[in-house]
Order: sequence, then structure tokens, then C-alpha cells
Amino acid sequence: MAKESNFKNMTLTLLTVTLLSSACLGFVYSFTKGPIDDAQNEKINKALSKVLPEFDNRPSSKKFTREVDGGILTFYPATKGGEQVGTAIQTFTKNGFSGQIDLMVGFLSDGTIHGIEVIAHKETPGLGDKMESGKSQFSVQFQGKNPQDFKLAVEKDGGQVEAITASTISSRAYCDAVQRAYDAFIKEGGEK
Amino acid sequence: MNQVTNFTKGFVKENPVFVLLLGMCPALGTTTSALNGLGMGLATTFVLVMANLVISLVKNQIPAKVRIPSFIVVIASFVTMVDLSMAGFLPALHEQLGLFIPLIVVNCLVLGRAEAFASKNNVGSSVIDGIGMGLGFAFGLTLLGAVREVLGSGKVFGMQIFSDTYAMLVFVLAPGAFIALGYLIAIMNRFAKKN
Repeated sequence: MAKESNFKNMTLTLLTVTLLSSACLGFVYSFTKGPIDDAQNEKINKALSKVLPEFDNRPSSKKFTREVDGGILTFYPATKGGEQVGTAIQTFTKNGFSGQIDLMVGFLSDGTIHGIEVIAHKETPGLGDKMESGKSQFSVQFQGKNPQDFKLAVEKDGGQVEAITASTISSRAYCDAVQRAYDAFIKEGGEK
Repeated sequence: MNQVTNFTKGFVKENPVFVLLLGMCPALGTTTSALNGLGMGLATTFVLVMANLVISLVKNQIPAKVRIPSFIVVIASFVTMVDLSMAGFLPALHEQLGLFIPLIVVNCLVLGRAEAFASKNNVGSSVIDGIGMGLGFAFGLTLLGAVREVLGSGKVFGMQIFSDTYAMLVFVLAPGAFIALGYLIAIMNRFAKKN
């Protein structure tokens, strides 16, 4: 039957259990760390190749970060044959319907949006998740627009963005994230 | 109790989703599609089987007063292993299930089986109980996910069944989860009574 519940037994048992568990977890962590990082990088690279025009450098090797509004924006400059062709900015918003949304926004050198991909979000499946490219035409409407003369706000708020039906909050948050990226892009002097 | 009933009870007589009503949080939260339900169910199955196995092995070494903390540590370790492996090898699914994977730790089903079954039975029965209960849970979640996916977005396992414009959005959202679960429980009970 079970051991007696005295102080020595209980302490020893808990110590053994926790030690063994930590050892197992350390082991699992050490061999899943590689694949987890790879998966993350691949996702970023895939998004980069979608939102940027053709490039021949490795934007992730030249990335740099800026702190804006209590979060981190990551810049990925892209060049082709040494020429600057655009910059992708990983941006965020905290105004999503269920928390933070991370986007990758690709700008051409003059500030025109080339493409937008969703990196991570927790929006409602079937509603807010239509912001993902491929799930609806929502993200397409930004392509080729320059925020200078394209107001990044849903039509309800006097902007020019056609919101996702029944997901105004998610659409608003999306615009917020793109606007944040654009502001940072301009602040960095466009292509520098 | 023989091993066959040990195994099958998890599916019908003591199905965790429809009869025991254990682990309702992931059952309602993750079942927006059949695939999510299946993924969640299988992750929980793995944790259940491994936790039952380990706990039935060490049950005699653990003093009664600290058994719950010890069980939780064992369960939490397996959950973290699932979480890490899924993030590494199935990133897409991991993203969908998100927060609910770490939450398997507090799933009453896992601790419930550890306390009610594995800590009193031998290794063989405990593993079979874990498999049966886990697959029953996976079955329940997949069924609920499929019903919600069909009604909510007209698809099953991502395949379009109804036209693109068809959608009863409420079934994708939280209220639809309760409605669908309620009807499924009613139907399951009807069949269980007949038998």
C-alpha cells in the first residue's frame, strides 16, 4: 500500500517527482527547440516572400527592430542586385477582438503597400479569421494602395477599407496594425 | 471488470464528453472544426495514457497526502511535452489549438482518471482505461467539431459541402457550442436508454 505520509516521505517523494519531470522536460525541450525555431523562421520567410516584390537578399539577416507603442516592430529590408526594392515590417495591434494580432506588411520604397500577411491572431474562426489572405478578399484591397492617399480605416469610421462582414472590430484592428507599420516606415525615412 | 469493458466504457457508457461531462472547457472551446476536435482529442489521449501509465506504476511509492500534487506534476510534464512537440512538428495545428494545449493540465478528465482509476488499478487496466477514455473524448470532440463545422461553415474536415455563402455563424461561436453539445447529449442518451 501507499507509503506513510510523514514529513520525510512526502518531501522526498515530491523532490523526486519534480526532479524527474524537469529532467524529462529538459530533454524534450533540447530536441524540439530546433524544429520550433525552424517552423517560426519558415513562417516569417514565407510571409516575407509573399508581401515583398522579388528580392535576392536574405531580409531576415538584415532585420532590425524599433520599439513603438509598447511593442516591437521588426523591419526586414529587401534588396535586388544591391538596389533597395522594399521593406517588410512585422507589426502588431492589441485591439483585436480576442487579443493581439501580428501582421507582416510589405512596403515598396515609396510607401505603397505591396502585400499583407497575417502572422498570428486569435480572432473568431469563420468571422475575424477572414483577415487571413486566401480566406477572403479582405487583405487584397490593400495591395497597391499608398496610405498617403488611402485612409486606413473602415468605411464606418470614415475610411476607405471595406470591413469584413460582422467583424468590424477585427477589421479596425487590422487597419490599426497596418497604420502603425506605415507610420514607422515613414519615420525611418522610407528605405533607410 | 474485464479489459474489453474497460476499453469500451469510454466510448458509450462513460463517454467523457456526453455522459461524464468532464473536460467541457476544451470540448466547447476547441471544437470549431472537426480537425481541431480530433487534434485536441488525440493530444488529450496521449496525456491520459501516459499519465495513467506512470501513475499506476508509482502509486505505491507516493504518500497519500501528496498524491494530488505528484499527479499534477506528472500530468503537467506530459502536457508540456505534447505542447513542445506539437509546436515543433505540427505548427499549424498548434496555432489553432493555442492556449488549450497547456490547459490540458487542468482538464478534470485527466486528473479524474488518475485519481479514480489509475491510482487504484494495475498498469495494464490503467493504460487501457486511458486509451478508451482518451479515444472516447477524441470521438466526442470530433463529432461535436464536425456538427459545428457543417452547420457553421458548411464544411467537414475543411472540405466544402454546402455552398460558399452558406453559414450559420452562431455554431462557430460559443453559444453554438452549447446548443450543439446539448443536442448531441440528448441524442446519445436516447440511444443509451434504448440499449
